[in-house]
Amino acid sequence: MSLDLLAALLVAVPLASAAVLLVLGRATDRWGHWLGVLASAASFVIGAVLALELLGRDAEARVLDVTLGRWFDAGQLAVDLGLRVDPLSITFVLLVTFVGTLIHVYSVAYMEHDASRRRFFAYLNLFVAAMLLLVLADSYLLLFVGWEGVGLASYLLIGFWNHNTAYAVAGKKAFVANRVGDIGLIVAMGLMLAATGSVGFTQVHAAAAGGAVSEGWLTAIGLMLLLAACGKSAQVPLQSWLGDAMAGPTPVSALIHAATMVTAGVYLVVRSAPVFDGAPTAQLVVVVVGAVTLVYGAVVGCAKDDLKKALAASTMSQIGYMMLAAGLGPVGYAYAIFHLVTHGFFKAGLFLGAGSVMHAMADSVDMRRFGGLARYLKVTVVTFGLGWLAILGVPPFAGFFSKDKIIEAAFVPVDGQPWRAWVFGAVTLLGAGVTAFYMSRLFFMTFFGRPRWDVPEEEARAATARAAGARTAGANASGAHASGAHAAGHHPHEAPALMRWPMIVLAAGSVALGLVLATTGFTTWLEPVTGHAEHEEPVLSVPVITTLTLLAVGAGLVLAYLRYVRDEVPVAAPAGSPLTRAARADLYQDAVNDAVLVGPGRALTGGLVVADRTAVDGAAVGVGRLAVGSGALARRVQTGLVRSYAATTLLGVVVLAGVVLALQA
Amino acid sequence: MNGFTAPEVAWGALSPVLVVLGAAVVGVLVEAFVPARARRLVQVVLALLALLGALVAVGLLWGGVERTGGTAVLGGSLVVDGPALVCQAVVAVLALLSLLVLADRTRAGQGAIAPSVATVPGSEAERLAREKGLQQTEVYPLVLFATGGMLVFPAAGDLLTLFVALEVLSLPLYLLSGTARERRLLSQEASLKYFLLGAFASAVLLFGVALLYGYSGSLRYADIAAATATPSPLDGLLVLGSVLVLVGLLFKVGAMPFHSWTPDVYQGAPTPVTAFMAACTKVAAVGALLRFVYVVVPGLQWDLAPVLWGVAIVTMVAATVVAMVQTDVKRMLGYSSVAHAGFLLTGVVALDERGVSGTLFYLLAYGVATVGAFAVVSLVRQGRSGGAQLEAADLSAWDGLARRSPVLALAFSVFLLSFAGIPLTGGFLGKFSVFSAAVDGGAWPLALVGVLASAAAAYFYVRVIVRMYFTPPADEALPADEVLLVDDATAGSPSDAATGTGATALGTAGTGTLVAARPAATRTAVATSQGLTAVTVVVCLIGTVLLGVLPQPVLDLVGSAAVFLP
Repeated sequence: MSLDLLAALLVAVPLASAAVLLVLGRATDRWGHWLGVLASAASFVIGAVLALELLGRDAEARVLDVTLGRWFDAGQLAVDLGLRVDPLSITFVLLVTFVGTLIHVYSVAYMEHDASRRRFFAYLNLFVAAMLLLVLADSYLLLFVGWEGVGLASYLLIGFWNHNTAYAVAGKKAFVANRVGDIGLIVAMGLMLAATGSVGFTQVHAAAAGGAVSEGWLTAIGLMLLLAACGKSAQVPLQSWLGDAMAGPTPVSALIHAATMVTAGVYLVVRSAPVFDGAPTAQLVVVVVGAVTLVYGAVVGCAKDDLKKALAASTMSQIGYMMLAAGLGPVGYAYAIFHLVTHGFFKAGLFLGAGSVMHAMADSVDMRRFGGLARYLKVTVVTFGLGWLAILGVPPFAGFFSKDKIIEAAFVPVDGQPWRAWVFGAVTLLGAGVTAFYMSRLFFMTFFGRPRWDVPEEEARAATARAAGARTAGANASGAHASGAHAAGHHPHEAPALMRWPMIVLAAGSVALGLVLATTGFTTWLEPVTGHAEHEEPVLSVPVITTLTLLAVGAGLVLAYLRYVRDEVPVAAPAGSPLTRAARADLYQDAVNDAVLVGPGRALTGGLVVADRTAVDGAAVGVGRLAVGSGALARRVQTGLVRSYAATTLLGVVVLAGVVLALQA
Repeated sequence: MNGFTAPEVAWGALSPVLVVLGAAVVGVLVEAFVPARARRLVQVVLALLALLGALVAVGLLWGGVERTGGTAVLGGSLVVDGPALVCQAVVAVLALLSLLVLADRTRAGQGAIAPSVATVPGSEAERLAREKGLQQTEVYPLVLFATGGMLVFPAAGDLLTLFVALEVLSLPLYLLSGTARERRLLSQEASLKYFLLGAFASAVLLFGVALLYGYSGSLRYADIAAATATPSPLDGLLVLGSVLVLVGLLFKVGAMPFHSWTPDVYQGAPTPVTAFMAACTKVAAVGALLRFVYVVVPGLQWDLAPVLWGVAIVTMVAATVVAMVQTDVKRMLGYSSVAHAGFLLTGVVALDERGVSGTLFYLLAYGVATVGAFAVVSLVRQGRSGGAQLEAADLSAWDGLARRSPVLALAFSVFLLSFAGIPLTGGFLGKFSVFSAAVDGGAWPLALVGVLASAAAAYFYVRVIVRMYFTPPADEALPADEVLLVDDATAGSPSDAATGTGATALGTAGTGTLVAARPAATRTAVATSQGLTAVTVVVCLIGTVLLGVLPQPVLDLVGSAAVFLP
């Protein structure tokens, strides 16, 4: 089979499967989920064949442009329907289809009791197809199609249980935040058209790298691309949707909101490397956004008692690392992607573990009502623990190879400006420590310490009441919700095999993937896309950085051990410091958004409505009234009397004759 | 004296006119010699055959005209060229469609025409005629005579022929307007008004003819046009004469301020006759106007253009505005027809070939939709079930028609949309072609006013669609004590001022009809007819849509027929 056809099939197979599942509807209820799994697996096989094909080529020949035909002609702009198979896109393809297939398998069991399981798989397939289109597109415009497709799939899946209003609202919130980012991508494409006359990767990147476009244009394009990336990857200031997106079924959180879609922003920045390389200012902003987000997510993660929301905050923080690395330029691109891949494995594993815990605990997510689960969920605790070690960056687990490299890269001075190295290096170091704390907190609270799920309802309520006065409203609501979900006398049980095995495979990836990729030269493999980076010395020597990182991680881990294993974990959340309360409320992101955007937006739309009613409608109605009124007046002339009709006619004759004769004279 | 020299007559070129007028004469003889029972059938068949024959004759002439550009017949009195033939063909087609509506009757044998037109409304004689089932079959020859005049009107090559054709087409129409079976007083009043005002307009035209003859010493268009080339001290006569002739034609076209007969006559005349009048007269009159403007007075366009511009603008704007406040369907369609006269004038004013072809296309699209619309009006009736049913004149009776009769409602909607100039209907392309011709001819302000007026006109067209589809019908059965038998004496005169809302609206109803205190309470129904009207509605519906979707063949045809023989 030709490579063109293979590349096209990669996207077409899951898309066709989604179409079959949606169009045939209930007829496919019995076997639809297996079709979904099969489609995803088939895409993985095709991806693997393409990857082997690329591996068999020389490094320079590893970019395969596939043109499927002319998409449209619009005046001077002609866009081809083209795919680009190169090391970067094939890496994504393998990640998406491999993790995706595992999560499909997991979902077969996880969604077993849901009446709409077939629809769920249709959306998952739709997501896979859109994500593959996103990473395979050879122009920003086609990328945008995939970009919107994953946004749609994400929206549909967050609100999958939309009979619950809160979940539907969460889906809408994600959609709106993403739309803001999408505008960035649209404007960026407009700028590209203005500056280079094209939206194809080849043309735009050649123009950017060749100096045909001024730095000002590149900076503008870069910033707009960054806005798009912020929306999709939940980076500050468009981070607010990710926590709420946990309303979706847990496999969705694992696939879309941890492993793949949310990393599309990083992909976009890395893919646009030539643009950012020519715009140092935009790069600096990328780094700042990444740094801010990584701290932001870490702080929020420390305070959340909701297992999934804590993991979501962690995802945000980890993507902050990737974004920061991508902003560092050629020295960081490869590590950003490297971390993206390892993160995709261990974070998906962690989420699937969380799903397994929820499966055992009647869908509860309140970590304060967990504890001591290690005894009951033996497979889950081991796989979750391996993922935990990986995200901590403990050698030799995956995160050590990817995250520590980012920390090293952050310590490299840019353009001979050591202050940047010190600032961003310190931030990443701090982030590593905080990450260790909150991930250990999460791990310990869930699996170790005294079991708290069988605390009698009355006692829990009393504890809740004691703490109620000092609590924030948000935490109160979640606590009340959680205690409602609990019934005394739980018997936690391990998940079925279909859920266990994906977790085991991902855990294996969390253990070995970093080492394997690091030793097989993953960063060199990406060089056709990311460019070769000259080795530069960080401001501190590498062993020092590694030692400092491990010390920070160790400190975080020990602190978490002291607070959450040695000390008793209260069932009701303590009041906490102002920082804790702020972090529980996501650092007041919603309040800020309400004040800065929603309020003025409402005022503006309210004003527009008033203006529309009074000015626009008023004018239209006024014109209408005027017309009808003058009609009513004019019809008085139509009296029904022949003499007046004849008089009108005569008057007309006289006037016309008079006009003509006057013109003559 | 050398004795009589027979003039050279090209009988072939006259054949469309001869067929129709000949059949009309035969029709008069039929009245005299064929037994009463068979008359209607014979007359209908004869009329249909005559109109088909005219159509065939036009088709046969077409090839020659396309080759030679046309010929002048009878020493130039009649001109057979592209525009003339297109107008004749359109008139023949529309007359054919109208005739089907006219010939249609309900299952009970009731047609649109009074059993005996000469009886006094409300008299014993009328009742007797009704009971005996008399039929006034003279209407068919009358229609043929009128059609004959309409065939000559756009082809007239001199002013005297023009005047004769005008009278030949007008006199039967005056009579036909007074023949309605329902609301007879209204109908007779319309007839008289039409006659008086028509005579007045004919006099104006004749005065203009006299002035033009005084100026040029000839009645031939070609001679007058040649005389305008050289300046003369009598130019005042020329200009005044042209204006008076134009006024006479504009009266027939129904342009403001010479339109005042239109709503009253459209409302009073039997609906099939209204359809015939609104469609065919407009075609013939606009055809004659085109020829006069393009052949006789092109040298005067700087003098006459302001007149035509003013008339066009006033017509478009005022007619649209007045149409908005109408509550009677036929009056609304009447004012709509006046507004269309304004739109047609923009094509006339363009003064180039595209203006001619655009106007011709517009005429066809407008005519098809008009006949269709009035055909639908003739089918929608209100009144007590089992009792006498009147045409549903008041718009309120059209509420919720779509539920009772979805096909009729759909057809009427399509015709209204075509009037409004909505894309995918013939009306849109018609408007588009005249407006674009006007813009090309430098008359963009006219086109602008036209577009704005079309937009405003959409209001009253769509309002009817909203009534048919989205307003629930007032469906209560009519309580017996609210039904009054009104005397003719209380019947008001047809005028905008009298047809307000409420009981007065139906106060204009004729003899022996049921009038409700609340007109909305009468039940609207669809008449079950013998099906001829349905044929017309379907043909018009298909035609309207085809003209909107696949207009190219017709556009090509009128495009190749846009040159007048000088």
